[in-house]
Amino acid sequence: MAAICLKVKEKTEVTTTYFLFLRKRSQTAAAMAKLILLLLKCILFCGTVYAVFEDQVGKFDWRQQYVGKVRFCHFDGHMQSSKKVLLATESNVFAALNTRTGEVLWRHVDKTGPEGNIDAFLQNGQDSVLVVGNGRVLRSWETNIGGLNWEVVLDSGSFQSTCLVGQQGTVKNVAVLKKTAISLHYLSNGHQKWIENLPDSDTVDYQTVYSGGNGEVYVLGVVPHSHIAVVAFSVDDGEILKQSSVEAPWLSSIPESCQIVDQEMLICVDSTTMSLYTLDLTLQLQMNQIPLQSLELEVDPDFRPSLVSHQPNPAKQPLSEFFLQLGPDRYVLLQFNSGQIVMLRDFKPALLVSFATTGEKTVAANKLELTCSLLDFGTQIWNLKIIKLASTINLYNAETGRRLLDTTLIFTMDPNGGKPERLNIQAFLKKDDSVGYRVMVQTKDHALTFIQQPGRVLWTREEALSDVLTMEMVDLPLTGTQAELEGEFGKKTDGLMSMVFKRLSSQLILLQAWIAHLWKLFYDARKPRSQVKSDISMENLSRDEFNLQKMMVMVTASGKLFGIDSKTGGILWKHYLENIPSNAGFKLMVQRTTAHFPHPPQCTLLIKDKDTGLASLHVFNPIFGKMSHVTPPALPQPILQSLMLPFMDQDYAKVLLLIDDQYKVSAFPSTKYVLQQLQEMAPTIFFFLVDSSQGRLSGYRLRTDLSTEQIWEVILPTEIQKIVSVKGKRPNEHVHSQGRVMGDRSVLYKYLNPNLLAVVTESTDLHQERSFVGIMLIDGVTGRIIHEAVQRKARGPVHVVHSENWVVYEYWSTKSRRNEFSVIELYEGMELYNSTAFSSLDRPLVPQVLQQSYIFPSSISTMEATLTEKGITSRHLLRIVSLPKMFLDPRRPEMASEQSREENLIPYAPELMIRTEWFINYNQTISRVRGIYTAPSGLESTCLVVAYGLDIYHTRVYPSKQFDVLKDDYDYMLISSVLLALFFATMISKRLAEVKLLNRAWR
Amino acid sequence: MARVLTNNRAGVFCVWLFVSINLVNSNNGRRASDGLEAEFNGLSVPLEHSFELDDVAKFQLRGSLMLKTGREPSVSLNQNQLSEEDRTKLKEVAAVDGLYRIRVPRVFLQADKQTEWQTEGHLTAFVRACAMVESHLSDVITLHTDVSGYLIGVSIVTLPGACRGIEVEDEVDLEVFNTTLSIMAPVNAPGPETALFIQRMEQEFEKKGKNPQEQKSFFAKYWYLILGGAIFLMVSNSAQPPAGGGREQS
Repeated sequence: MAAICLKVKEKTEVTTTYFLFLRKRSQTAAAMAKLILLLLKCILFCGTVYAVFEDQVGKFDWRQQYVGKVRFCHFDGHMQSSKKVLLATESNVFAALNTRTGEVLWRHVDKTGPEGNIDAFLQNGQDSVLVVGNGRVLRSWETNIGGLNWEVVLDSGSFQSTCLVGQQGTVKNVAVLKKTAISLHYLSNGHQKWIENLPDSDTVDYQTVYSGGNGEVYVLGVVPHSHIAVVAFSVDDGEILKQSSVEAPWLSSIPESCQIVDQEMLICVDSTTMSLYTLDLTLQLQMNQIPLQSLELEVDPDFRPSLVSHQPNPAKQPLSEFFLQLGPDRYVLLQFNSGQIVMLRDFKPALLVSFATTGEKTVAANKLELTCSLLDFGTQIWNLKIIKLASTINLYNAETGRRLLDTTLIFTMDPNGGKPERLNIQAFLKKDDSVGYRVMVQTKDHALTFIQQPGRVLWTREEALSDVLTMEMVDLPLTGTQAELEGEFGKKTDGLMSMVFKRLSSQLILLQAWIAHLWKLFYDARKPRSQVKSDISMENLSRDEFNLQKMMVMVTASGKLFGIDSKTGGILWKHYLENIPSNAGFKLMVQRTTAHFPHPPQCTLLIKDKDTGLASLHVFNPIFGKMSHVTPPALPQPILQSLMLPFMDQDYAKVLLLIDDQYKVSAFPSTKYVLQQLQEMAPTIFFFLVDSSQGRLSGYRLRTDLSTEQIWEVILPTEIQKIVSVKGKRPNEHVHSQGRVMGDRSVLYKYLNPNLLAVVTESTDLHQERSFVGIMLIDGVTGRIIHEAVQRKARGPVHVVHSENWVVYEYWSTKSRRNEFSVIELYEGMELYNSTAFSSLDRPLVPQVLQQSYIFPSSISTMEATLTEKGITSRHLLRIVSLPKMFLDPRRPEMASEQSREENLIPYAPELMIRTEWFINYNQTISRVRGIYTAPSGLESTCLVVAYGLDIYHTRVYPSKQFDVLKDDYDYMLISSVLLALFFATMISKRLAEVKLLNRAWR
Repeated sequence: MARVLTNNRAGVFCVWLFVSINLVNSNNGRRASDGLEAEFNGLSVPLEHSFELDDVAKFQLRGSLMLKTGREPSVSLNQNQLSEEDRTKLKEVAAVDGLYRIRVPRVFLQADKQTEWQTEGHLTAFVRACAMVESHLSDVITLHTDVSGYLIGVSIVTLPGACRGIEVEDEVDLEVFNTTLSIMAPVNAPGPETALFIQRMEQEFEKKGKNPQEQKSFFAKYWYLILGGAIFLMVSNSAQPPAGGGREQS
C-alpha cells in the first residue's frame, strides 16, 4: 500500500499572515537592510559565474563515506606498526580504515544485491581473499593500496565454506567448498590447482572445510539426524585419502554447533542431551560423549549453547582452548588436553568473548602469546539520574585462564546506542613483552567504536548512515534575542504603553546583538579563513541569517535516528530505537516546526511492520533528539495510510490522521479541540489508498464520526499492467507564477492542481515489442482521470518527478535501447477558470496537455526537483547532475520563431547533452545514491540538496544563479574604504569650494 | 445574466474538449473507418446512481450505456427521467451537501465473446449533489479504458461545476439528464523526434552554405569593433596612471 497525503482546500488565513509578516519583519529587519545594500552593490558587480572554483571546494558542500554494517573484520597483522583494519560489509563493500582516525583509506563498492554479496573473507599477510556472489568469483586484494591482485570466476554451485590451506608453515592455497565440489587455488595467482567432486553429494550436505597445515584438507558434511561424513583430500593432487561416516543422530548443522580444536579434533555441543561430543578426524572411529554435568556445567534454560575456537595461523593447528557459551551472559573457557576436557575459567557475567593473537614474529622465549578477552557489560552506575553504561574489557591468557595485569579497559557506552554485538581485538606486544591491545566494538546500531587502553575512544563510525531510508530538514531555532522578540508577540494581555516599552527594549537588544555580530564579522574577516572556526555544538545551535544551516533528521534502516548539522555534517544527536522489525517501513513527518516558540518543534516517526501492518509512533524533538513528553497513542490495528492535515491544534502541532484496516480514523494529537475541528472539516478531508497488488486506487472521504466512506474507485487490471509508483506533489511547495508569458504578451495559465497524482504503470508483458510504460494523471479528490498516456516499447525502471504543473519521467526505450526523458505539462489555457481558489470539486474543464520526449545519454538512479522558499526561482531536476528544467519543456519549438525567441524557448533537440557544469558534485563520487532530498533556504536563489545512499553528500545549488548573493571573494574592505574616501573627498571639496566662493566674494 | 454567459463559455469549452479528443484519437493512427467496418458488436451496461441523505450508497438504475466494442469503441446512453420522488430527494441531498454517485460495472471492450466482457467489481465516481442540481442535471461522463480495452475508470463533472447556493425553483429542470458522454483510450506519448531535427539541421546547413555573408573571415566581419577597441584602449592607457595611483593609496 502506498501512501501519500492530500491537502484539500487550504484556508486563507489573513490575520495570521499579517502577524507573521510583522514578526518576520522585525526579526529580519536588520538582515534585510543589509541585504538591500548588498543587493544594490550586487547590481554593479553582476555577472556571476555558476561553477565551483577550486578554493570553494568543500566550502558549501561536504561528503561522508560509509561502508555499511560490518560482516567480516580483520586487522592488518602482517606488520606490527600497521594502522589498517579491513572490513567486508553487508552492503557489499570491501574497505580499509585507518585505525588512528577512522577514515576510509580505500574502498571497493561491488554490485548491490546477491551478485556482489561477500560470502567469505580470508586474510593472509598482505593479501585478502574474498568469495563474492554466492561463490561466483574469488578475488584477492592487495591490502596496502587496495589494488586487485587477481580474480577468477569459479564453477557454478552454491557456496558453502572456504579456508586457507597451509603446508610446512606457509600458506600457499585456498580451498573453496561448494555444494558438490571442492577446488583448491593458488594464493599467488588464483589458478586452480585441482577440483574434485564430492562423494554422495546428493545425500550428504557438505558444510565445512578445514585444514590444519599437515597436507590434508578435511571436508565435513552431515546427513541431518543421521551421521557425519568426513572426507580427507590430499593437498598435492586432490586424491581422497580417507572417507568415513560417523553416527551423529543429534546433529543438524556443523557450523552452528561444531568447532575444530587442537589436532584435528572436532568438538560439538548438543543442547538436547546437554553433552559435548568429540571426534578425532584422523582416526574417525566414533564420537565421544562427554556430558556437561561431568564438568559441573549447566546450560541456561531455553538457550542454545555454542562454541568459539581460534586458529591463529592457517598453516598450524588451532588452539586447544575454546569457549563454550552457556547462557546469554555466561561463557566458560575449556581446554582439550589429551582426550580430556578441562575447565580453565568460568566467566559470568560476560557478554562477549573473542580470541586474539600476537607475538608470532617475536623471537623471545615465549611461544604464541595467546590472549582472550571479554567484555563485562551491564554495570549500571546511577549518577544524577543518568544511566551510564560502563563496560570493562579484560585480557586473559588463553593457556592458563589467568588475567593479564594492566589490561583492564573501562569505557562508557553511548546511552543512545545499541548493545555491543562483536569484539575485534588487535593485540600487540609492547617493548617490555607485555601485551597491549586496541579493540573495535561493533554495536547493534551498526556503529564501530575504536578504543585504546585505558578506555580512550579514538573514533566512532556511524555505519547506520550508510542505509538512510528517509530524511527531513528542520529549521534551527532562533537565538535568545530573537526568541525574546518572538515572546513579545506571544503574550497578549499587556497594555498599550508596556507594549511600546517592550518593543523599544527588544529593538534595542536587537540592535546591540547586530552590532556585536557586525564587530565579529569585521574581526573574522581580517583573520585568515582557516583560523575562523565554525564549531557547532548543541549550545550555540541557532538559525543563521539566511537559514542556510538546518538540522537534517535522518532515519536509518537499523532504527537509529540522527540529527546532523547541514553546514558541517557533524552528528549532533543520535537515538537508537530498539525492537525495530527488520522489514520496517518508516515515514517521518514534521508536526510542528521551529516557528512556534515557545512550543518545541516536534517530529513524528511512523514505524510500520511491512508484513503485519502494525505500526507504532515515535515522537521526538528534531533539534535535540529527545523523546517528547507527549505520549503517542497505542495503535492496536494495522495502519493503512497516514496523512498530515494542514490545520493545527491549539499548540500549533499539525494533526496527523491514521487510517486503520477497518477504515476507522484516529487523530494525533487527539484533543477535544482537534476532534471538534475535524468534525467541522470532515467533508473537505479526502484521502486515497493504493493497492498495487490488485491495481486498485480508491478515494475516501472522512465523515463527522471519524469513520470513512469510499467515494471513487479506479481499477487497473493487474494482468495488463501493474502500478509501480504514485507521486503526489510536495505539500510545502510554492508556485509563484500562475502562468507563462507568451511571445505575443498573452498569458498561458498553468494547471496547478495540488491534489494531482501521477500514477506510473509498467506492463506485465516484458516482450520488447509489446512492453509499455503508462502514465496517468488522476485527481486525488475526485478520482477523475485527467490524462492517460502510454509510452510504447518502453520499460522501467521509471523515475518520476512531479511538481508545479509538470511531470517528468525517465524510462528505458526497448526499441532504441537508450534512456529517454519525457515531460508532460498541463495548462488551463489562456483564461483561468476560477482564479481565487482551487477546488478539485469545481474544475469541470480538462487541461491542455503538452508532451515532449528527449534522449538522455546516461542512466539515472534517482531524480528530484529543486525547491526554494517562494517558488520564484526556476526549477532544476537533480540527479548528480542538475538539469535545468528549461531543457525539458514540451513547448520547445521545432523551428525557432520570433515569438518563441522572446519567450526564451530553446529550439527542440532530441538529445539532451550533459554539460560538465551541470555536475553538482564535481569530482566527489557518490556511491549508490538512493534518494535526493531538497529543501529551500532563506535565500531565494539557493536550494539545499542532500544525496544519500552509501555516502551522504550535501551541497547548495543555485538554479537561477546567485542573483541575490554577493560573490564569495567580494572585497568588503576595498568598497568601504572607497566609500569613506569619497565621503571625505566630498567633505573636503565642499569646504574648499566654500573658501573659494568666499574669496571670490571678497574680490 | 452573468450566469448565462458563463454557461455559454462552458459550452464552447466543451466543444473544444471534444475536438481535442478527436485529435487525440486520430493521433493514434487508427482510422475512423475501422470502427465503421466492425459490425455492430454492442453490449449494454447499466449506469447506476445513488444519492441518499445518510450518504450510504444505494445504487439504482439511471440508464443503460450502449458500448460498441471493437478497435474503435464508442458509447451512447439511454437514460430514464428522474421521478418526482427522486427529484425531491436530490434537492434534499443537495441541501445537506451530500454526494451524487454513479457507478458502472468493469467491462472488457475487446472481448470476442459476450461471456468474457464482464469482470468483477464496479467503478465509481461522484460529484456534489448541489452541483448536479444547480447545473440542471447537465453532466459530462467520461469512461476511460486502458491500452487493451478494459474499462478502468469513470469520471463525472457538471457544467457549471460550482455550488453557488442558487435555488432551483422549476421542477422541470430536474427531470431530464443532459449528459455528454465520451470514451477515452490512452494517448500514445511521443518519443524523441529525431527525424524532424535532422531535417531541420540539414536545412540550416544548406542555408548557411547559400549565404555568402556567413563565409566572411573574422577580421572582415568585426574590423570596426577591433579598431574601436584598440582606440579606446590607447586613450584609456594614456589616462590611466594618475587614476590608478589614486586608488592604490585609498
